[in-house]
Amino acid sequence: MPKLLEVKNLSTHFFTEEGAVRAVDGISYDLNEGETLGLVGESGCGKSVSALSLLRLIPNPPGKIICGEIIFQGEDLLKLSDTEICNVRGNRIAMIFQEPMTSLNPVRTIGSQIMEPMRLHKGMNKARALQECLTLLSKVRMPDRVNTYPHQLSGGMTQRAMIAMALSCAPRLIIADEPTTSLDVTIQAQILDLMKGLTRDFGTTLMIITHNLGVVARYADRVNVMYAGRIVEKATARDLYDDPRHPYTIGLMASVPRLDQEIRHKLGTMEGQPPDLLCLPPGCAFHPRCTYCTEQCLEEVPELIPVANNHEIACWVDVKKG
Amino acid sequence: MSKRDNSILIAVRNLTVYFPIYRGTIFKKKVAEVKAVDGVNFHINSGETFGLVGESGSGKTTTGRAILQLDQQTSGEIVFEGRDITRLDKQEIRHLRRKMQMIFQDPFGSLDPRMTARDIIGEPLLIHNMAKSKAEYRKQTDYLLELVGLNPSMAKRYPHEFSGGQRQRIGIARAISVRPCFVVCDEPVSALDVSIQAQIINLLGQLQEEFSLTYLFIAHDLAVVRHISDWIAVMYLGGIVEIASRKDLYDDAQHPYTRALLAAVPIPDPAMEAGRKHGMIEGEIPSSLNPPEGCKFHPRCPFAKDVCQKEPPSLARLTANEHWVACHLAS
Repeated sequence: MPKLLEVKNLSTHFFTEEGAVRAVDGISYDLNEGETLGLVGESGCGKSVSALSLLRLIPNPPGKIICGEIIFQGEDLLKLSDTEICNVRGNRIAMIFQEPMTSLNPVRTIGSQIMEPMRLHKGMNKARALQECLTLLSKVRMPDRVNTYPHQLSGGMTQRAMIAMALSCAPRLIIADEPTTSLDVTIQAQILDLMKGLTRDFGTTLMIITHNLGVVARYADRVNVMYAGRIVEKATARDLYDDPRHPYTIGLMASVPRLDQEIRHKLGTMEGQPPDLLCLPPGCAFHPRCTYCTEQCLEEVPELIPVANNHEIACWVDVKKG
Repeated sequence: MSKRDNSILIAVRNLTVYFPIYRGTIFKKKVAEVKAVDGVNFHINSGETFGLVGESGSGKTTTGRAILQLDQQTSGEIVFEGRDITRLDKQEIRHLRRKMQMIFQDPFGSLDPRMTARDIIGEPLLIHNMAKSKAEYRKQTDYLLELVGLNPSMAKRYPHEFSGGQRQRIGIARAISVRPCFVVCDEPVSALDVSIQAQIINLLGQLQEEFSLTYLFIAHDLAVVRHISDWIAVMYLGGIVEIASRKDLYDDAQHPYTRALLAAVPIPDPAMEAGRKHGMIEGEIPSSLNPPEGCKFHPRCPFAKDVCQKEPPSLARLTANEHWVACHLAS
């Protein structure tokens, strides 16, 4: 499969009064044409910031992309001018945000908001855009909602409208940032199935950012696990769930109650909390919570190293060997 | 798990909570009613955890709040330790609150930002006159902080200085400070990260053993509810559609809605997910302002028959082991 996106050593920092927050700290990954990548982590691990960085949507100041390359279809997005990056946003890369209610404009109808990117990027006239908009709305199964306002719709419906908007210019890549976190389980299943089905039909590559390990298992082909601004484990979804190798991933898996498992008296827990990005611990950022911690972990930051085919971890200890 | 004598601690009978909707400013006229809870029956045994699940808008939080008399019920009885508490006056309710407490969903909104952790945890002690001296107040609040896994040296801090998980620990310490026997946990972990969720769930389990607490655990995450509950009720649009023991509900769900809910929960294992069917039901939960006729679930139910559109099903006992279902098609 050809590579659609290649991120190399991307760092995004926020310069606050208390000091520099290293929200994303030298991450590299790539994304193949047509696959679904999951980006997993807890709040504050930098998963949303890394996605916003791809479209250069980081507010500056205080945020700044310090270094790195984002090669999308052969060109570096970080080297584009402001007008050029505007042509990428919503056109070649679209984004679906977590809170559909706050990311839609409350004083404009759903229809006019879905038509906007098509009129802007594709230069369509009003009649043509409306026609396209109706097709899109029927694809997301809400055909009669062109003239409604966001407040008239439920959370699930507004998320459908967001999906229609994201698909409107037939982008190569859709980034979905926690697309179903605020929705009920039955609606979550509907929305994700719809999104997966439509991106397959359109041949769009999908990147799902989430903290829900179940959602990743169901929809992603490959997974990157993030912790404190860095990727700590990269693997195919199957390998990650069958054979997690980073202590953080192992801890995450153990801490989720599952419907398919015997009831445990106690859930496995990781002690402590995710670190404050303002004052990261030296060495491996996970070492204060890690049960396998060694001398080396206290001093040196581990880099991603391959442990198996298509499986990399950033850890000094090989958990398997003990 | 915990000490159980199978005596009924709390029984809810035909509970309804309607919220009126008014129109007009001077001549207020009631134009409609939101039937948030509409005829709910269940009981909770002493020392057990009763899980209440459902989607948003199903009335699970209103049920919990009505039990604590935080929302006024429209009709029905709530029998706590043999007394119908819906008939008590304000003074008596205040005394009763020592025995029934609540842990709230949002650890950011439920703590007063101007109070220190010690004062938040200690306020119930002062209200109920349970700390006789300053020294005792300090001793008790220190003990509570330690009990929920916080360092007593943090007592002087304000809520904004704590993380979400730590705030939820403060909320738990406040709830158990007056040694209640019954605690309503309203989505206590849904705002927390995965690794913190597990810590809080374990803490709730540990406290239950130590103080033989009875929990009403309200949540929408079926995997979490399964982990913690002995009995589970599934709510839909203000009514209970299924009540069963944990084993019966998860191994042998009878109501189509319960099955759809279970199918919608993703399992963190790609190999298992590949063979599962999830999108069992279409559509969304209707407005409780104008619920459907007959069985409230029929517009979304894939098995709906004619009878479902006309007659509302009543909660009927299926088997000898207390498995109750409200569905015309269950048998």
